[in-house]
Amino acid sequence: MLRADSVTYVHGGRAARPAMLPGGGQPAPPGVQDVTMRVERGHVVGILGPNGSGKTTLLRLLAGMLRPESGTVTLDGTNVASVSRAALARSIAVVPQETHLAFDYSVLEIALMGRYPHLGTFELEGPRDVAVAREALAATGTLALERRSFATLSGGEKQRVVIASALAQQAEILLLDEPTASLDLGYQFDIAALLARLNRERQITVVVATHDLNFAAGLCSSLVMLSEGRVVAAGRTEDTLTSLSIQALYGVVADVYPHHAAGHLTVVPLRRVRRD
Amino acid sequence: MTDVRRRLAVSTAAFGGLACAAVLAAPLLGTTSISLRRVFDGSIPFADNVDAQIFFIARLPRALAGALVGATLAAAGVVFQALLRNPLATPFTLGVSAGSALGAMLAITFRLHLSLWGVSAVTAASFIGSIGAVAIVYALARARHRGFSTNILLLAGVTLNAFFSALILFVQYLADSAEALRTVRWLMGDLDVAGYGPLVAALPLCAAAFVAFAWLPRPLNLLSLDTDAAASRGVDVLRVQRVAFFSASMATGAAVSLGGPIGFIGIIVPHLVRLMVGSDHRVVLPASAMFGAAFLVAADVVARTAMAPVELPVGIITAIVGGPFFLWLLVRQR
Repeated sequence: MLRADSVTYVHGGRAARPAMLPGGGQPAPPGVQDVTMRVERGHVVGILGPNGSGKTTLLRLLAGMLRPESGTVTLDGTNVASVSRAALARSIAVVPQETHLAFDYSVLEIALMGRYPHLGTFELEGPRDVAVAREALAATGTLALERRSFATLSGGEKQRVVIASALAQQAEILLLDEPTASLDLGYQFDIAALLARLNRERQITVVVATHDLNFAAGLCSSLVMLSEGRVVAAGRTEDTLTSLSIQALYGVVADVYPHHAAGHLTVVPLRRVRRD
Repeated sequence: MTDVRRRLAVSTAAFGGLACAAVLAAPLLGTTSISLRRVFDGSIPFADNVDAQIFFIARLPRALAGALVGATLAAAGVVFQALLRNPLATPFTLGVSAGSALGAMLAITFRLHLSLWGVSAVTAASFIGSIGAVAIVYALARARHRGFSTNILLLAGVTLNAFFSALILFVQYLADSAEALRTVRWLMGDLDVAGYGPLVAALPLCAAAFVAFAWLPRPLNLLSLDTDAAASRGVDVLRVQRVAFFSASMATGAAVSLGGPIGFIGIIVPHLVRLMVGSDHRVVLPASAMFGAAFLVAADVVARTAMAPVELPVGIITAIVGGPFFLWLLVRQR
């Protein structure tokens, strides 16, 4: 189980301020304050919140990429701050929002990069590593692209290859930062189906930060809602995804009802209201 | 055999063979022609064997210096490009060579002929200059952006180059004329080393840099994904950046102290190598070092023979080839 206990990371005291500061300076990464959440093994958890609410910061804290200023993040009872980067990477894999390569690699090379935490300093990938990487590509439906150059892929293909690279880490927990943000409806659907299948067939624990409420409703068994760095609601998706919480979070009046064909809650935004 | 093993074996054989051939062939070429058979003819005593004297005393040190400088600058170029995640970054375009040259100039002009633990004052000053320049570029690029933008890097490099060049001119102006003439040639990038002494002086820093380089390729691959992506796959990003930054500066300083600020090696060579072997740094780094050695030795042969008996500084040759190449890359990148 991955859990955060009263985690605070305000990054120079800028947490509670709005993300876009006047004066054209670079906005500081939004902080999080006193966040407590738990991710049970095998669950799919969504992190929701408006822009600048600290979703990405929370993901980075959960992944051990940021050290909390106070509080702890623990994985099965072990503080992630005390685990080496490579050891942590064998348990937790991260898929960033977008991937821009500095140099061009083939799809297979990208997938093989997931083997990094399993290899020694001067060790080259062996046949087993290639097998794991190709299997990960197969799981994301991108094995046919293995010889292609990454730069020539479409947005949805890139995202699936990056997920394959994370799968090749053979970590039991997958953290994704807005995996569908730049994708069209078809690819959004593919990613949701892929994550649901990975969770169902491989018992991979998934934590996903997203803006897409219907994506979260269809995929996540529980939700954590962040506003200005604080948890304002958390719990099972059916209990937390309500008209009330959506209005509090985004300042939008929305209708939330179970959609029978989709088999999950559906959110229909109706109109904007001023936020309290 | 996996793909990376095969590419490593093939590229090492090809580029290594090329480098060895260049170092052996270069001393045979020149205004006075000599024969390889006479050079290695054991029956003639060395004192009477003019061919062997030309080969071993006059030309081989120069070829070896070319190989060392070429290998070091090309490898440093690869590391800078991966560190700054920008294929246009090189010791020369970042202003690092100029900073290094300024340091070396100061040491030469003020006749600091000390040496400590086998590292001469010129080499050390050159290293300090290069690390200072990299620190400025790094701070500038970090200050405004999370990533490193091409615009800022190139502008910072151009500005630093101009700034350090002005300081170099200032130092030259202060120096006496005999000393100035010597430094002018050195500043153009010249491998006209006298004997093996300068080679030995630059060797410790080069060797130390290459030991660090050996550790870098795998993390550099991950860094070219993204720093966050690298960290989440188990890379200690800060440590890798520090080692890369320090070792590439050290390599540049050592190479510049030996051959002057020879330009464009760090961009031509890695690019050609990537076109041939792909982007995997475990292959690109060693292949670039070997190809860089061969490339600079060959360029130096051209410099020595093109306008014989006048010997050009090799920096002129690399700039004539490298300038247009760089512009072509810049246009193609968009």
